[in-house]
Amino acid sequence: MIGLKRFNWQGWSTFGLLLLLWELGSRSAPKLQFYVPPISRVLSALGQLVVSGSLVQHLAVTLGRFLAGYLLAAALGVLLGLILGYFRGLHGLVAIVIELLRPMPSVAIIPVAVLMLGIGDSMIVAVTVYASVWPILVNTIDGVHHIEHVLIQTGRTFGLRRRKLLRRVIFPAASPYIVTGLRIGLSIALILVTTAEMIIGSKGLGFFIMDEERAMNSANMYAGILVVAALGYALNRVFLQLEGRMMKWRHGVAAGGAM
Amino acid sequence: MRGFNWRGIGFLIALLAGWELLAQVQLLNPLIVPPLSKILAIFTDLLISGQIPMQIALSMKRAAAGYALAAAVFVPLGIGMGLSQRMHRFLEVVVEMLRPVPPPVVIPLAMFFFGLEDRMKIFVIFFSCAWPILLNTLAGVRGLDRVLLQTARTFGLSRSKTIWQIVLPACAPQIATGLRVSLPITLILVVISEMVGSTDGIGYFILDSQRRFKVAQMYAGMFALALLGYLLNQLFNLTYRVMLSWHWGMMRQKDEG
Amino acid sequence: MSILEIHGLSKSYRQSSGELTLAVGNITCRVEAGEFVSFVGPSGCGKTTLLMSIAGLLAPTSGRVLVNDKEVTGPPPNLVLLFQEYNKSLFAWRTVLGNIQFGLEARAKRGADADRKAHSLIELVGLKGFETHYPWELSGGMQQRVAIARALAYEPEVLLMDEPFGSLDALTRLELEDALLTLWAELKTTILFITHDIEEAIYLSDRIWVLSRRPSQIIEEIRIRFPRPRDQVTTRAERGFMEIRNAIYGKIRN
Repeated sequence: MIGLKRFNWQGWSTFGLLLLLWELGSRSAPKLQFYVPPISRVLSALGQLVVSGSLVQHLAVTLGRFLAGYLLAAALGVLLGLILGYFRGLHGLVAIVIELLRPMPSVAIIPVAVLMLGIGDSMIVAVTVYASVWPILVNTIDGVHHIEHVLIQTGRTFGLRRRKLLRRVIFPAASPYIVTGLRIGLSIALILVTTAEMIIGSKGLGFFIMDEERAMNSANMYAGILVVAALGYALNRVFLQLEGRMMKWRHGVAAGGAM
Repeated sequence: MRGFNWRGIGFLIALLAGWELLAQVQLLNPLIVPPLSKILAIFTDLLISGQIPMQIALSMKRAAAGYALAAAVFVPLGIGMGLSQRMHRFLEVVVEMLRPVPPPVVIPLAMFFFGLEDRMKIFVIFFSCAWPILLNTLAGVRGLDRVLLQTARTFGLSRSKTIWQIVLPACAPQIATGLRVSLPITLILVVISEMVGSTDGIGYFILDSQRRFKVAQMYAGMFALALLGYLLNQLFNLTYRVMLSWHWGMMRQKDEG
Repeated sequence: MSILEIHGLSKSYRQSSGELTLAVGNITCRVEAGEFVSFVGPSGCGKTTLLMSIAGLLAPTSGRVLVNDKEVTGPPPNLVLLFQEYNKSLFAWRTVLGNIQFGLEARAKRGADADRKAHSLIELVGLKGFETHYPWELSGGMQQRVAIARALAYEPEVLLMDEPFGSLDALTRLELEDALLTLWAELKTTILFITHDIEEAIYLSDRIWVLSRRPSQIIEEIRIRFPRPRDQVTTRAERGFMEIRNAIYGKIRN
């Protein structure tokens, strides 16, 4: 594993080569251009869309729905997870219901949500919350279960009772697991928002891509996909940054808990 | 788990009973949440008439094809990238560039190429399962104790024999993790791709039922889907237990110990 | 009024097989304010269970514990238990300073005063300069000091210590023994100490209770009259020191 930090010439040149092949291949085969337009065309389409403002609007819509859904799911999932994780009796009560609901792909909830909430923002946010809450909830519960007994007893001997104990000992102690759940929830949230927008919609990046597909505007469609990929990448990076800053105390700790 | 979770079962029954009751007295809008009894009745009808099994079979056909294809391509690729530092560095950037693409947005792309046929869904599933399978396999191979590989060299094993007899068995648990994680992804994507672009399959069935306002039928479809998810999980666990009994036992020991 | 009274305390556990084991037998004793007392006994005799019961973290099967004449039904507000696994009891997500501040926060103390107190405690346990370190960066002995400082920040009237120096090397142990005695003399806390190291118990304590094998009962109470402040060389060299040690060892061995 020498020089992992070294710039990956081979990797980037392979990638560059593929892009070049794409560009040249597409240009030299006019019949292919409909399905696979040259990158230059995709990029110029992207530029135009950005300048015209329409793509930025769709992006804003998608981002807004994503943030609303994800943050709500995070708050709900962590809170519920902490409570269910600590109060095993309560967890036992709802455990079977949870286990029965989990295997159902969250996207199947979209038709129900449309029925109940129509086809607007609230529906999209609702299904996003539903889908993202599961990994966050499950990982938080797991995190609480993995806390060393001694830690909890320490909190108790210092006179901390339930609410303070949860907030000041249990929550930080479970945070590595919670972070894992939040990371998974992040990608799920983005998936749900874009999916919902593709199935039902009049705005948002998901809708935009579907719309361009229906209108056979391949360059625009690719441009939209690019933007979504970039969004996913950016969100991931932001998450990693925040995680790095909040979890720096984990640096020397072996994965999965106590020293 | 010690003792049967009676309270859990009791809570579930209470919830279901509450649903039935509230729906019957119309405190829950029956157009949106029909009584449980009605849903179960329709489910049974559709099950017996073969409607649901047929839709599920269609969905499963696509899912299985995409899943198998992804495994067939990305497990070997992962092993290759894991064993060959060169191959890894060459392909690394491409992989990292394609990874952040959320699988559903590939659907319009696939539709562009394949229309609404099965190939579209198979391609989507293939793309979606790629990364969990590839990355887990890669991690498994790289996590291999170098001593194992050196042992193989000492015994003069050829490259292919090394892979078959040492690398694959040793990495099997990690590869299995990738495969296991891809199961729900497969199910999700088959449903999404059917909702977005299809004329049959369980995903389409659920959405279509909603569009026609056959609400109880919609719930019946969702119930079938949940059941399917559960059964697939159990099936996978069973296969895993049988094929990797040595690892299963070791893991059990770790949990209980 | 004694600061701590234990009347007929016993604790039994139900094993996973279903049978009942008695971990702590019948314990009755009194501790006066400001004393340093120790329980000494063989491994596995239930010392930790005893301490946890006194600390209100476990409910006794029978008997009761009184702290300042009030019955213990949960963790008493003026008592802190220092766990044997001190490294696991430290908060990994807080720095050394943060851990100690926790003890103050538990007493609802914040602000400039509390900060000053935290820093003085850090100096007191000899960890000056390590304020912003995280627990994982410290050695075992230093982690133990953090745990002690955190407990002291809480200003408990009674401090229970469960074999705090057991997993440390001999030299660190001696160092910490003296550090503890200094702190004790200065803060005048009542300390209840558990150890399997007989000589350590004699060195540190005013009184020692010798425990039997499981189920633990008090076989003997021994008053230690060596002058204070104690000294690792001279006190241990006192004629009576080895006699007491042999007497205790004899009692435990039989």
